[in-house]
Amino acid sequence: MRYLLLIYSNESDDAKLTPEENAQLMADYGAFHQALEGAGKHIDGARLRPTDVATTVRVRNGDLAMTDGPFAETKEHLGGFYMIEAENLDEATQWASKIPTAHTGSIEVRPIWEDEDM
Amino acid sequence: MKEELREALEACYRAEYGSLLAGLLRRCAGDFELAEAALSDAFTTALERWSESGLPDRPGAWIRTVADRRLTDRLRQPREERLEEASAAPQPELPLEHDLVIPPEHFPHEDDRLRLVFTCCHPALSQDAQVALTLNALLGLRAAEIARAFLVREVTLSQRLVRAKRKVRAAAIPYRLPPRELFAERLGAVLRIVYLVFNEGYVATFGERLTRGELCDEGLRLARLLKELLPEDPEVEGLLALLLLLDSRRNARVGEDEQLVLLSDQDRSLWNTDSIAEGCRLLRQAMGRGRPGSYQLQAAIASMHAVAPDWEATDWHTIVDLYDGLMKLQPSPVVALNRAVAVAMDEGPQKGLDLVEEIVSGGQLENYLYLHSTRADFLRQLNRKPEARAAYLRALELADNALERRFLSGRLSQLEDA
Repeated sequence: MRYLLLIYSNESDDAKLTPEENAQLMADYGAFHQALEGAGKHIDGARLRPTDVATTVRVRNGDLAMTDGPFAETKEHLGGFYMIEAENLDEATQWASKIPTAHTGSIEVRPIWEDEDM
Repeated sequence: MKEELREALEACYRAEYGSLLAGLLRRCAGDFELAEAALSDAFTTALERWSESGLPDRPGAWIRTVADRRLTDRLRQPREERLEEASAAPQPELPLEHDLVIPPEHFPHEDDRLRLVFTCCHPALSQDAQVALTLNALLGLRAAEIARAFLVREVTLSQRLVRAKRKVRAAAIPYRLPPRELFAERLGAVLRIVYLVFNEGYVATFGERLTRGELCDEGLRLARLLKELLPEDPEVEGLLALLLLLDSRRNARVGEDEQLVLLSDQDRSLWNTDSIAEGCRLLRQAMGRGRPGSYQLQAAIASMHAVAPDWEATDWHTIVDLYDGLMKLQPSPVVALNRAVAVAMDEGPQKGLDLVEEIVSGGQLENYLYLHSTRADFLRQLNRKPEARAAYLRALELADNALERRFLSGRLSQLEDA
């Protein structure tokens, strides 16, 4: 089964990291990525730029409306994701718990809606 | 005859629902909707068939066979048609005293129900969902019955069940025994749910009645089932012992006019001696395994009360020691509060009050009724009336249960009269 692991964190805290802390975090992410690949569970993943460069689009009655910023004003924002292959939810949550920012932010684990579920 | 049949069917349902469902779930990887549909086919068929030809020798086995076949029929359908009424294809004639023609791999496994317990109490489900699912799937309680017991609307409870079952399948919550590294933690979650079911019945947190005995009974049934499934786990024994010892006081806890009677004032001749004997025996057995745990300690505390002739003659010193042990294993402000009560009995109300003030200054339990009522009791015993009064009033503000409110009002007026 495929799961999307959505990585949420507090952007203002992220911005306060010292260069050393940032380097450490990147190294931890590198190690996590390698472990995931090594286990053959990695499908995809990316880090997102902060929400200050986000744009939200809505079409209402045929009109396109654009807003500057994320769709919701919340404390924690989506900062990146992994798509993984896992046997079941226990395995998916185990991987989620190994994401470096699980210690400071939150990881939402969402099963992918596969064709055969329709 | 018709009535007798329905009773037999209901008895079979009550006794075997969990194990029937658990076996079917194993065959369809935890797809509750599908397993329930097959089981419901079987119960419907049973009612029709038994009305014509009478009760079979082994009603449970009969239903298991029919349900197993119906599941096979449904699994043969394309996925999107499996849940349809028509998927329950017309039954081939089933002889009443049929030989059990279930393929061997479909025979019930000893572990089926245990798998079901762990799935129902999976931490990815909310606690409310875990409770509802456990009572529904394992004990066969219907949504309406669970809703009534927890005083929630039936539609709310039904939705909670539907959502939980859907999540098990859609998120692939595994239908299995947890692997070794997760076992202890997951068993802890299961024990917590069983305790919660019992306790919700024991101390109904809201409503007009103080206890809801049916929930205590279901909690005990779950604990007994766990003991049957994990016969050598000391914490499972500890939990069952604890529930039995608490339950032994059921008839003494509610006085005339549905008044709450505290342990200190209970008529101990009303305690159920069979439950006490069984609880103490289980506790000894658990302690003999040399792996102490928090349920064993709580049961040990309850057993000290169970064997004491009255409140004053209770071995408070030992109880304080047991609370010390509990604080080491599972420190919490609630345990600290209960310990304070025992210390007060052992060494006087001032010592108890000091400990309660420590909890208060820690900023914890600010909205916990029993913190304020306990503090009020100590202040009353120390003859500090105005402070006691304020504390009782604070407790009263926090009481949701009509009986608790009446009890606290009673304490308050005693204080005024004194």
